[in-house]
Amino acid sequence: MMEREALQAQITAINANVTFEEGGEMLNAFVDPKECRDLLQTLHNMDDLAFDYMFCLTCVDWKTHLTMVYHLESTKHRHVVVIKSKLDRENPEIDTMSDIWRTAELLEREVYELFGVRFINHPDLRKLLLSDEWEGWPLRKDYEDPINMIKL
Amino acid sequence: MLEEIAVNDTGDLIINVGPQHPSTHGVLHLIITLNGETIKNIDPNLGYIHRSIEKMCESLSYRQFIYVTSRMDYLSSHINNHACALTVEKGLQIEVPERAQYIRVIMDELTRLASHQLWWGAAAMDVGALTPFFHAFREREMINEIMEETCGARLTMNYNVPGGVMADIHPDFQRKTKAFLAFFKDKLPEYDELVTGNIIFQNRMKDIGIISKEDAISYGCSGPTARASGVSCDIRKTHPYSIYDKVQFDEVLETTGDSFGRYLVRMQEMRQSIHIIEQLIDNIPEGDFQAKTKAVLKLPKGEFYTRVETARGELGVYIVSEGGLTPYRIKFRSPGFSNLSALNHMAKGQKIGDMVAIMATLDLVIPDIDR
Amino acid sequence: MISFEYIADNIDKWLNNTFSPWLALTIEFVIVGVLCIGLFAVLGLVLIMMERKVSAYMQVRLGPNRVGPKGMFQTVADTLKLLVKEGLTPAGSDKFLFNLAPFVVMIAAMLVLAPIAFAKNFQIWDINIGVLYVSAVSSIGVIGILMAGWASNNKYSLLGAMRSGAQIVSYELSAGLSILVVVIFTGDLSISQIIESQQTGWWIFRGHIPMLIAFIIFIIAVTAETNRAPFDLAEAESELTAGFHTEYSGMKFALFFLAEYVNIFIVCAIGATLFLGGWMPLHIGNWEAFNSIMDWIPSSLWFVGKTFFLIFVIMWFRWTFPRLRIDQLLNLEWKYLLPISMFNLLLATLIAIQGWYF
Repeated sequence: MMEREALQAQITAINANVTFEEGGEMLNAFVDPKECRDLLQTLHNMDDLAFDYMFCLTCVDWKTHLTMVYHLESTKHRHVVVIKSKLDRENPEIDTMSDIWRTAELLEREVYELFGVRFINHPDLRKLLLSDEWEGWPLRKDYEDPINMIKL
Repeated sequence: MLEEIAVNDTGDLIINVGPQHPSTHGVLHLIITLNGETIKNIDPNLGYIHRSIEKMCESLSYRQFIYVTSRMDYLSSHINNHACALTVEKGLQIEVPERAQYIRVIMDELTRLASHQLWWGAAAMDVGALTPFFHAFREREMINEIMEETCGARLTMNYNVPGGVMADIHPDFQRKTKAFLAFFKDKLPEYDELVTGNIIFQNRMKDIGIISKEDAISYGCSGPTARASGVSCDIRKTHPYSIYDKVQFDEVLETTGDSFGRYLVRMQEMRQSIHIIEQLIDNIPEGDFQAKTKAVLKLPKGEFYTRVETARGELGVYIVSEGGLTPYRIKFRSPGFSNLSALNHMAKGQKIGDMVAIMATLDLVIPDIDR
Repeated sequence: MISFEYIADNIDKWLNNTFSPWLALTIEFVIVGVLCIGLFAVLGLVLIMMERKVSAYMQVRLGPNRVGPKGMFQTVADTLKLLVKEGLTPAGSDKFLFNLAPFVVMIAAMLVLAPIAFAKNFQIWDINIGVLYVSAVSSIGVIGILMAGWASNNKYSLLGAMRSGAQIVSYELSAGLSILVVVIFTGDLSISQIIESQQTGWWIFRGHIPMLIAFIIFIIAVTAETNRAPFDLAEAESELTAGFHTEYSGMKFALFFLAEYVNIFIVCAIGATLFLGGWMPLHIGNWEAFNSIMDWIPSSLWFVGKTFFLIFVIMWFRWTFPRLRIDQLLNLEWKYLLPISMFNLLLATLIAIQGWYF
């Protein structure tokens, strides 16, 4: 188990451009989408970090941009980190993590169809939950569907 | 993807298992490539029961959204509610009364027992033994009655509210629960006699759907599925919530990683759940069952993540709040979704009958996968 | 005393006295045909009812209890429902074969009824190669199943039919070899002679170890041949939805269902005849007093009792055991049952030649 400060120092040592968010129960780190894959790969491979378990992968639509959120845990050391990456809303693109964590394959497909984030080098980027001909990205804030959506 | 293809380019048979199929226990659709009886590939096609609960929650208040989550993993609905209540309490820093915490944990474990009982019956049914299903339901009925008396519902409990539980326990609750435990402890060896020891059942389950420890972690497996591979991942132990750090219980681990290992883990977990309830049932402290909360709840700006252990594995509730009346974004990390992603890895190269045995021990609940 | 033999003889006498021999024979044919079909219907109703009640008992529930006294008419109601249901024929199917298949299965089951002795001297056709006839004709059923699977134009049906084909052809061997053990001891293929040979005791008691082994193998093999759990891979509902009869509905489905139950009755009747003496009462060697008391119980009751006991055993299997996998199923036959029954046959020959049986 690594303390929050130590973890922060380790991540800064890997990539100096990472910014951290104050507060929150877990350590939140922001990274540029282009450097995201390299950082996560290192986090996964380094022995004293060993983030081998991705327990959550999701996306948040902030109306101005999208944020990819990766929740990582190490089953060895039991420390947790949240890596975030801001994406351009018009053309969201980020490298796939599906070869580092196999669970990401289906989770990224889900994010792709609900938010429209394109995962570069994903082996099989198809729609998973929705039908193939579905238009739009349902979990984005500006999504409108006059038939299926009920406003509360 | 859905067009009628009988045979693909390489001459393999493609069959659609589901959306209506007896062994998928719901509306799961698997597109299976078969070579004879041997599975070459499984491609899950989800979404037949996708209600977009995450989007719905964005327009529901912090009191309301808890009830929608009962409809995700309906077999551990109380645990889902618990996770949501914990997240809201974390955001508002509500101190939950001791009594409510005891009640919640007892209910959690009863739910886990009921879920595992149903799983046991359904797993046996999937490999062709129909009788255990009814034996499992006999015991599950007793739990449902206890639930009905106290929560007013049998399946979608909706018993948790931010700050505690909705109502106090029924006067008969403790007596009935103890009666049930005494009865069920008698019946558990019967379960083993009927199914565990059966040579055909063991042949069907052993060395089937093996997943190594590393793969189980990489595929994000959790719950009994991962613990059968030797991954220590019980949230109740690793990140204790509520009063789980005060009770004695063991995390059940197997190392085989096959279907029989997953089966054994769940059977042992039932015993552990009984053990937990026994420690708590006589010691429920007096006091309030609900903390005093404001009528309108507003979570402060920020992000809140809660992890709990449901009957199927790790459930994560991720709330992004903008300080408004409703959550800005909610994400449910469902255990079934990640466990399902390992199905292809487990079942490749095995017979179609094995696929059913593997799915039985993954214990998939489809609304949990689709959300 | 009124027995089936007495009734049959009197009808035969009266017909021959009233009509010309040729016409009398024709009328007898018609009567036998009607009785056969009647027996079919009754067997279907009784056995399905029995299965439901047995399974209900084992599953801690009540079973059907609404239609008629204790739910006795539930199967009648179900049959009526199936009769009025639309018999769908899928658009892509081979229509002729699709509609023919249930009848092939049905006719195969019906043909096997011929040599079975229901009571003392009460048999449709005492053919001198009775046992051979039974094992030959009962194999025709698999053609109907393959036909159904192929003609349905459904992948599940095809898989189910292929499984069924492999399974029935394999298990026929063991069943045949265990029947041969009895034939060796009796020295006759005719059903009536086999029963007569058990005058001083049933073969299961007289034939020692080889007969016991043969009996156990026979029960396993016929359970597999009738596609019953734990060998119900052809219609494994959790894997193949309903196997070869996935696409069948209405009366065509009912015919498959009926044929399955009649087949169970037939194999159990054969088992009872070969190993448990058919209609022969429980006789012990030369204990004349005991034997004559046993003779007071009508032979038809003995036959029905033994048959239904075996049917109960097979139902018991179904509601207790999980299903085997296809490769385990074939391994069981080719690696265990077949070598054992071959060795058992040798042992039985040795014992029969040396006269080492009671």
